[in-house]
Amino acid sequence: MAGPGGDMQWCFSQVKGAIDDDVAEADIISTVEFNHTGELLATGDKGGRVVIFQQEIENKSQPQFRSEYNVYSTFQSHEPEFDYLKSLEIEEKINKIRWLPQKNAAQFLLSTNDKTIKLWKISERDKRPEGYNLKEEDGRYKDPNTITSLRVPVLIPMDLMVEASPRRVFANAHTYHINSISVNSDEETYLSADDLRINLWNLEITDRSFNIVDIKPANMEELTEVITAAEFHPHQCNTFVYSSSKGTIRLCDMRASALCDKHSKLFEEPEDPSNRSFFSEIISSISDVKFSHNGRYMMTRDYLSVKIWDLNMENRPVETHQVHEYLRSKLCSLYENDCIFDKFECCWNGNDSVVMTGSYNNFFRMFDRGQRRDVTLEASRENSKPMQVLKPRKVCAGGKRKKDEISVDSLDFNKKILHTAWHPQDNIIAVATTNNLYIFQDKVN
Amino acid sequence: MSATAAMEVNAEARRILAVSISKLYASRTQRGGLRLHRSLLLSLVMRSARDIYHSSREIEAQLADAEPMEAGSCSWDQMESSESQSEQTTAEPAVEEPDCSEKEFDGESTEDKENQSPARQSRKRRGKVSAAPDFLPSKRARLEPGEERYAAMLGSCRAGAVESLTALSLNRVIPAF
Repeated sequence: MAGPGGDMQWCFSQVKGAIDDDVAEADIISTVEFNHTGELLATGDKGGRVVIFQQEIENKSQPQFRSEYNVYSTFQSHEPEFDYLKSLEIEEKINKIRWLPQKNAAQFLLSTNDKTIKLWKISERDKRPEGYNLKEEDGRYKDPNTITSLRVPVLIPMDLMVEASPRRVFANAHTYHINSISVNSDEETYLSADDLRINLWNLEITDRSFNIVDIKPANMEELTEVITAAEFHPHQCNTFVYSSSKGTIRLCDMRASALCDKHSKLFEEPEDPSNRSFFSEIISSISDVKFSHNGRYMMTRDYLSVKIWDLNMENRPVETHQVHEYLRSKLCSLYENDCIFDKFECCWNGNDSVVMTGSYNNFFRMFDRGQRRDVTLEASRENSKPMQVLKPRKVCAGGKRKKDEISVDSLDFNKKILHTAWHPQDNIIAVATTNNLYIFQDKVN
Repeated sequence: MSATAAMEVNAEARRILAVSISKLYASRTQRGGLRLHRSLLLSLVMRSARDIYHSSREIEAQLADAEPMEAGSCSWDQMESSESQSEQTTAEPAVEEPDCSEKEFDGESTEDKENQSPARQSRKRRGKVSAAPDFLPSKRARLEPGEERYAAMLGSCRAGAVESLTALSLNRVIPAF
């Protein structure tokens, strides 16, 4: 699935969500995730809802069009709750969705808010039983004395119905806010991470979890860092990583001990002293960590850059890609308008040759590792004609602004792309703006 | 560093401190409760800003005094900075009275020498340096009627005290969790 020699071009495919500029807070997309085959695409929003899109069977007669994604299922995953002991509201916002590998006809996903993780089963029903002779039309049971024969109901086709039902609720295991969930390659366990602790769960057992990382200091005054993201290795079921607000990543081996406070590897790049500022600590905080599909690398996202680490080299990343270096001189204003706290995610393409992450002004960036090239693209309604090719964008950092460039001061910091996802096998990407989901695909010649 | 540069850094540090404090206050009313990560980052920025504010003030003070300074005022500078260091490392109880915390922020607490020293120094300084940092409320601030109610609210949610913010001094932002 590598792109043809030369520049890969991306085209608009679809956009989902309301058109009007007045964004309802509940509609703000908070997570996007393809399933393992890429056939299903799930989004979670601030209102606690999950919407799943399904790619239709490919249209063989028109190979230039990949199939569209249409709504498959919508359900309310989490509701707002109130913690009476602490007098705190628990937001229903879906922080993360992770799909389980498919084992039977049904699909399963884990969705989490700040405190509770739920396992949802999404199943199809396209037949229903008919021909009961024990019941009336309206469902009332007939008088048994009137029944003289036994008739077995027959399954007849019906309109497809997709049902989502909560199969497990994993609650009350996190004092702090859950930021990550990750399914293990053993397909039996998963981890959930909050600011200070990581718990290991068995998918079948809801009343118990094992604490595998605890960085809470005895005296909270000594707290210097929190956990910001965690993920299991894609193949090694004993290995996971977690990132911190200090810009470090720790790799842990669950075989070493029950409590993995002692890391097996510590990945940290020494800070460049010339870049020191008031905000150095904030911008070095890692907002996302993702293993490559082949399990040899991992990628981290901090405020200004994306770093790719070789798991065998702890002292520095093998690649560093600047996402929006022109913001370094604007950190003070970004601190004042809270943008400096934005948590951007990042993702790999299927063969680990390209990585992608979001930025401001509805821009998103792709870095081609092999060809050492990067591109900035924009998700906007203006570029949303069917199969319209996206034109690369350029930000003018200073000095003379060329034609078609946009100056840093004109960037809209309210339009941010925090969540992106790449189809595991194909060149299809899902990019979430505030309340819209854009689907782009590469141009098939 | 020149005097003007020191003053600019000083002003910038004060501004950042003021912005940070208002963000900390605002985060109390956020839906979903206080975010530990965000509060930690805010307190780190505040700490940097405070350290830079103090060091730039010291530089300013040193540059402002062309004539030899009295031995007393020199040592006061050193005492002040070493005291703020020890304040940070002293272990303090995690849960505390809300009205105590309000006072701490207001700078009334006797152990908070940072706010006492400028007034003292200015007497010796011929008034070139402002008496007290103006982003902090006056030392004599009393609990206003509105704040009284707020402090009572804090007191009522103290049980368990995991996530309600009961103090704003840098050492105590995190123990409130």
